[in-house]
Amino acid sequence: MNTNKNSYTIIYAIIMVVVVALLLAFVSGALKSKQNANVELDKKKQILSSLNVDLNGQDAEALYIQYIQKAVVINSKGEILSDDKDKAFKIDIVKELSKPLENRELPIYVATVDGQEKYILSTRGAGLWGPIWGYIAFNEDKNSIFGTYFAHASETPGLGAEIANKDFQQEFIGKKIMNSDNEFVSVAIVKPGQKNTEKDYVDGISGGTITSKGVEDMLLKSIGQYESFLKQNAEGGIQQ
Amino acid sequence: MSKLLSAKTKEVLLGPLNKNNPITVQVLGICSALAVTAKLEPALVMGISVTIIVALSNVIISLLRDTIPNRIRIIVQLVVVAALVTVVSEFLKAFAYDVSVQLSVYIGLIITNCILMGRLEAFAMSNRPWESFLDGIGNGIGYAWILVAVAFFRELLGSGTLFGIRVIPQALYDIGYVNNGLMMMPPMALILVACIIWIQRARNKELQEDN
Repeated sequence: MNTNKNSYTIIYAIIMVVVVALLLAFVSGALKSKQNANVELDKKKQILSSLNVDLNGQDAEALYIQYIQKAVVINSKGEILSDDKDKAFKIDIVKELSKPLENRELPIYVATVDGQEKYILSTRGAGLWGPIWGYIAFNEDKNSIFGTYFAHASETPGLGAEIANKDFQQEFIGKKIMNSDNEFVSVAIVKPGQKNTEKDYVDGISGGTITSKGVEDMLLKSIGQYESFLKQNAEGGIQQ
Repeated sequence: MSKLLSAKTKEVLLGPLNKNNPITVQVLGICSALAVTAKLEPALVMGISVTIIVALSNVIISLLRDTIPNRIRIIVQLVVVAALVTVVSEFLKAFAYDVSVQLSVYIGLIITNCILMGRLEAFAMSNRPWESFLDGIGNGIGYAWILVAVAFFRELLGSGTLFGIRVIPQALYDIGYVNNGLMMMPPMALILVACIIWIQRARNKELQEDN
């Protein structure tokens, strides 16, 4: 057969494209539900990581039910919109961030660790190459940090990607986001060796300055959305 | 077995490890060698992924080689590679989610790896499936070992760790040793690859160009 004929080339291309498209559509369709389940499970693992829970070889699903007592949806004024655990879990923080501040619906996960309530907030920002996100858990005082979890889509390995490293995340433990006048100032990330006298700070990552700045910016903006909630009377916990 | 691994097929499989190495001799796939060698782990995973994908796409193209219209052969090769990479990535997301999160961008980078197109065009288009499969495995491993060698030095000297585990003792840092930040920069990968090429050519007379 003459494989150089125009008609052969065109028919070959058409068949190839159709076959490949069908194959990809079939694979994607067949695996979709399994992938979605994985994404949800991964989100639960991320939330648990911010509580410094050791997930190695554990059933994350069971741990999530055990630790996360409830989850609520609030608005930027700190008012509770819903206390449906599933609804809070399903909130897509990326979509919320594209809305004006007063229309946003923000999730808060409430966990109980050693008899004390912890509040876990969702954060999202931009690194050097792509999005970065994380969860940050506060103690009952809604001021000091109990634990953090950060992840990234495509930061440079060895540099910006180090934000996903436990050593970096643990630096935040115990840092306060309010200054002595009870104003929200977030936590600063400084170049290693430098200091910040205005607020609590942690060392950034050498060679990962833009990603470190990205985390600082993410904390300021994301936690800032919850400011009214965090300033509510700590004793009362979540007010109904 | 003797038929499966004749002298020629043996050369096809083992040649790329040294005298016909895709990176140091054919100079293919340099771009990804810069991107993924700051740490050992991504380098190793990238090496394994590329080996699997080159071998599979080599076999597919070799099976199709008599039917592929000459004028669109590059496009056909690209479609095969892209489809294969997408399918593998979908399967990882469904069955090995943690691995797929770790690989994130690297999976996509495989499509752009020149080794794939280079081997498909230079070998699979004119050889039988079994030889093409061996050629894919050989080139993949040849690529992987250079990546791992470069990543070993970059991670050791740049971060003081191997596979994320600290190997340079704290005592050494206490007396003033510092990690070499330059090692984390992409250009150092080129300099290390150049060192490997230098050693390799010094030891192999036939690789030396006379000028």
